[in-house]
Amino acid sequence: MGLIKKSLLKSLWVFHLPLSPCNNCDIEILDALTPRYDLERFGIQLVGSIRHADVLLVTGVPNYKNYTKLKYLYEQAPKPCFVVAIGTCACGRGVFKDSFNSPCDVDKIVPVSAYVPGCPPKPEAIIDGIVKLIKSLKT
Amino acid sequence: MKKIIPIGPYHPLQEEPEFFKLYVEEEKVVDIEIEIGYNHRGIEQISTLKHYDQIPFVVERICGICSTSHPFAYVNAVEDLAGIDVPVRAKYIRSIIGELERLHSHFLWLGLAGHFIGYNTIWMWSWKHRENVCDILEVISGNRQHYAMFKVGGVRRDIPNDLVPQIEKMCDGLLSVIDMFRGAIMDDPVIHARLKGVGVLTKEDAIKYCVVGPTARASGIDIDVRRDDPYAAYGEVEFNVPVLYNGDVFDKAVVRILEMYESIKIIKQCLEKLKKEPEGNIETKIDFIPPGEGIGRHEAPRGEVFHYIRSDGSNRPIRHKIRAPSYMNIASNKVAAVGQTIADAAITLAAVDPCYCCTERATVVDLKTNQEILCWDDLVKLSQQKTEKIRKLYE
Repeated sequence: MGLIKKSLLKSLWVFHLPLSPCNNCDIEILDALTPRYDLERFGIQLVGSIRHADVLLVTGVPNYKNYTKLKYLYEQAPKPCFVVAIGTCACGRGVFKDSFNSPCDVDKIVPVSAYVPGCPPKPEAIIDGIVKLIKSLKT
Repeated sequence: MKKIIPIGPYHPLQEEPEFFKLYVEEEKVVDIEIEIGYNHRGIEQISTLKHYDQIPFVVERICGICSTSHPFAYVNAVEDLAGIDVPVRAKYIRSIIGELERLHSHFLWLGLAGHFIGYNTIWMWSWKHRENVCDILEVISGNRQHYAMFKVGGVRRDIPNDLVPQIEKMCDGLLSVIDMFRGAIMDDPVIHARLKGVGVLTKEDAIKYCVVGPTARASGIDIDVRRDDPYAAYGEVEFNVPVLYNGDVFDKAVVRILEMYESIKIIKQCLEKLKKEPEGNIETKIDFIPPGEGIGRHEAPRGEVFHYIRSDGSNRPIRHKIRAPSYMNIASNKVAAVGQTIADAAITLAAVDPCYCCTERATVVDLKTNQEILCWDDLVKLSQQKTEKIRKLYE
């Protein structure tokens, strides 16, 4: 296990990237960080800049105005950077598959390491997704 | 020298991608440009591809915070179109869900507003107590968000009568929490000094920009669809519509807190009446939707939601038009934020509750000479420092 990977196992810093969500997944992400679930006790912290982030939490469907920005932001992130698709929209566009304004799935634009389906996924599911991501890094 | 501060479109704690361009001279905001469209998903078009029973699920996904408001307005529109009468029990359940949503939405806003002005305790508290509202919703509908309770002609799930005492008890628990927040905000001299006179939207401007909901009621406009054009069970319960007259951020916060008391009052009255109705009678069967058009309105936590449906007699609408409250309220930032300092911009932009949260990335760029970088974190810090300064004055 490389040094970088080893350091990633503790205190992942996450950056929250809403593509065009309905807010729910975003609320649940914040819920996971506030007192009831309190992800911060594991050192998982929301950061203000993509350049500090280890994990990109993507919510919502890409649309024509922002799908290029997802790629642009991913390129700015220091590698290794893991993308976690939160919610059905980010996993496979869900009900917005028929929309005229959704060009493609998130995983066609950037590589996705973990999918957390649900509309919206509960904070427990988000925590579970992150834990599974950390476990997969260990192996 | 004029500088531009772009806020957005991507910010870590923010919920929706939106883009604000603040034009500043020294500390003062002289103009603001608002660009939206990052969140366009073509819901009106998708809605014309679905049949009437599927659309509540689609419109629910317009906004996660108002995820009952849109189905509420939509079913009102279809029932207006087809002339459907809803069972009394379903009406009470609809109002209960609508008010619970208002509670959770206002808790959410209070927390974020607290964070903006450097009261992170309020943020953590209100999000903690918001969970209690989510619990009630989970008990009723099985979901914390996206309750999927509405269908044309009634509701999908009943609230069993033996669940009512439990829900009443949970609502009583919320009262003491709201009391605490009222104390924390209305009795704190620092918050008075920090928020009074900030981001003022006068009554004239409020009318000019057609603002709705708490934003309008804080500016002295006495409108509320629930009272002015009663639907569901709102005509049968008693409640007040709090109206304040200063139009500043403080009044917007107070209006929301007072509204939370009214919401609890409505929920308790509805639950009381719900107990007397026979269980199980929660929907009217609908055979077909006639051609025609209908409108539906609902007072969402942020203001009036308007839905328009046109039918040609098939099982799908041929036109579905939606007007959400934030669309009007965001535009009022143009007058509310201009003339303020940069430190006040964050809370002013957030005060209309445009589902527009915290800590974004922002950059101050000097167009003519060299570049100067001021990130959104600094902006929030500026705002928090101002509070700190005022707090010291009071010690």
